[in-house]
Amino acid sequence: MSSHVSSIREPLVFGNKSYHNITEDLVGPTEKTPGKLWLAMFILAVIVLSFGVFAVTWTIYYGIGVWNLNRTIGWGWDITNFVWWIGIGHAGTLISAILLLFRQRWRTGVNRAAEAMTIFAVMCAAMFPLIHVGRAWDVFFFFPYPNTRGPLWPNFVSPLLWDVFAISTYFTISVLFWYTGLVPDFATIRDRATGLRKKIYSALSFGWKGSAKNWQRFESVSLVLAGLATPLVLSVHTIVSFDFATSVIPGWHTTIFPPYFVAGAVFSGFAMVLTLMLITRKILHLEDYITVNHIESMNKVILVTGSIVGVAYITELAIAWYSGYVYEQFAFLNRAKGIYWWSYFGMMFNNVVIPQFFWSKKIRTNVTWTFFLSILINVGMWFERFVIISTSIARDYLPSSWSYYVPTGIEIMIYIGTFGLFFTLFLGFTRVAPVVAIAEVKSILKDYGDQYLDKTQENI
Amino acid sequence: MKTKKNILFGLYDDEQDLLKAVKVSNERGLKIMDVYSPFPIHGLDPLLGLKESRLHIAGFIFGTLGALTGFLFMSWVFKIDWPNVFGGKPLWPIPAFIPVTFELTVLFAGVGMVVTYFIINGLSMKAETEVLHDRISDDKFCIAFDVTGNASDNASTFESFLNETGATYVETKEMSDL
Repeated sequence: MSSHVSSIREPLVFGNKSYHNITEDLVGPTEKTPGKLWLAMFILAVIVLSFGVFAVTWTIYYGIGVWNLNRTIGWGWDITNFVWWIGIGHAGTLISAILLLFRQRWRTGVNRAAEAMTIFAVMCAAMFPLIHVGRAWDVFFFFPYPNTRGPLWPNFVSPLLWDVFAISTYFTISVLFWYTGLVPDFATIRDRATGLRKKIYSALSFGWKGSAKNWQRFESVSLVLAGLATPLVLSVHTIVSFDFATSVIPGWHTTIFPPYFVAGAVFSGFAMVLTLMLITRKILHLEDYITVNHIESMNKVILVTGSIVGVAYITELAIAWYSGYVYEQFAFLNRAKGIYWWSYFGMMFNNVVIPQFFWSKKIRTNVTWTFFLSILINVGMWFERFVIISTSIARDYLPSSWSYYVPTGIEIMIYIGTFGLFFTLFLGFTRVAPVVAIAEVKSILKDYGDQYLDKTQENI
Repeated sequence: MKTKKNILFGLYDDEQDLLKAVKVSNERGLKIMDVYSPFPIHGLDPLLGLKESRLHIAGFIFGTLGALTGFLFMSWVFKIDWPNVFGGKPLWPIPAFIPVTFELTVLFAGVGMVVTYFIINGLSMKAETEVLHDRISDDKFCIAFDVTGNASDNASTFESFLNETGATYVETKEMSDL
């Protein structure tokens, strides 16, 4: 009811939209032939993906000897990329689940795309442990299934095994959450389509009717899934951090890791959502649905989580000093002043300094600035994982085994290839499903449409 | 094949019109078969006399099942099937079971609930979906009455009710899947 609306509430849907306009605008991209810009990006993504496919095939054929990992540095770009992608995969569920529980309505504009991003990012991430084990065809050994080797069970008290459970559960729940929300929107596409398209979307929408009881159950299942996904998303990166924190490597065995990793994951995830949403809203002309208010809200989350990450970096240093433990102190001094100083600088600058720009309202409501800074944050978060993983082990207890690691071309190609996979999937997704949750935007229209709030794009 | 039903339905342009109409139908004691809408209408469930969904109870049961599965399975492996000492830790390291137990709780609860949700909503993959009107998933709000085998005077009561309360479109359709 617009009469109860606070005057400071900012609109989330612009352009004086009616319900039918929303359907037209959001289903539109799935019905039209893609534009040149989309096509160019899709072709580029597929080309990049093909490099990745080549490099992964090469790795599986020849073994991980084609990487530059060595006796001292056993985890390099592979695990760095794995943790980086998993971190990016956290924003989607955070937006859909935690913001649903907190009743943040701005989630409706971005949740669908963010969930898709989560799923694709987790797929990119999951590939790294898969090929890192060396014998990719034996990865099903991870799972406890009755086998002819005893049966021999996996070690349930190893954090690496917890990771298997955490990531596969996270992936499954994210897909279910995403698909449950897509069903009513597929029904909208179905009812506008004809011929074969109608049949396909009829199957995809599972015969959704939209009766009162359907919607009541829909809201119930969304809420409970959100309640389940919220601790899940926190648990996943906590468990990823256990991979390091439960070890005895200085620089890794840090009790601060779980909250610090979770904050970092949210931070990098939101940066990636922003990068992606700014591209998407441009290609699909969704400026009325993914508004500057959405961008500003996400930038605020980045500012908060970026500052948490900054505090964590400084706390780590302070604790290393306070511990009085020389190996720990060395590990941290080595990060800042050792051979990998440039990655430490990249991490500190991009993750601690860059988000501080978002204190300025001008910058956090500026699309160009946001795009540029969000990319820097993505880079910074990659450096963070590299700093933690590789620089900690590059300087062993024994100076005789100290080593330096630079990736081979194959390793770089695998990483770049994951972008190909990610963007191929995402661009494909923008053509077959509505990028913005249609039903959810309609349900907030009367509360957040510009015409109901009497604020049009011009007078903000 | 289900028996065919005759459905009389009216479309409204706004969810507020529909809510008002449902109130009127309650006053007159007209039995609405169902309401269809493009998004959930808040405040509709009590007017239609729908009870709160019990899906979350299903979720709880599945979750409990998942927790028990995880915990008991790991206990069985560590205590009975293949006792092994890892790093001098106890044979039954309960705290180390928490992560996997938690993940399985969430997995079972989530999957179980979504499957239950699809089943009780009668959702299944099929190439043809019968809908009352194509715009119901777009921008129209629909009240439907079951007029199968009813005397025609009953149908006309419903029809005049729909017209009076501001329905912009009224039709009777034979449906086999509602």
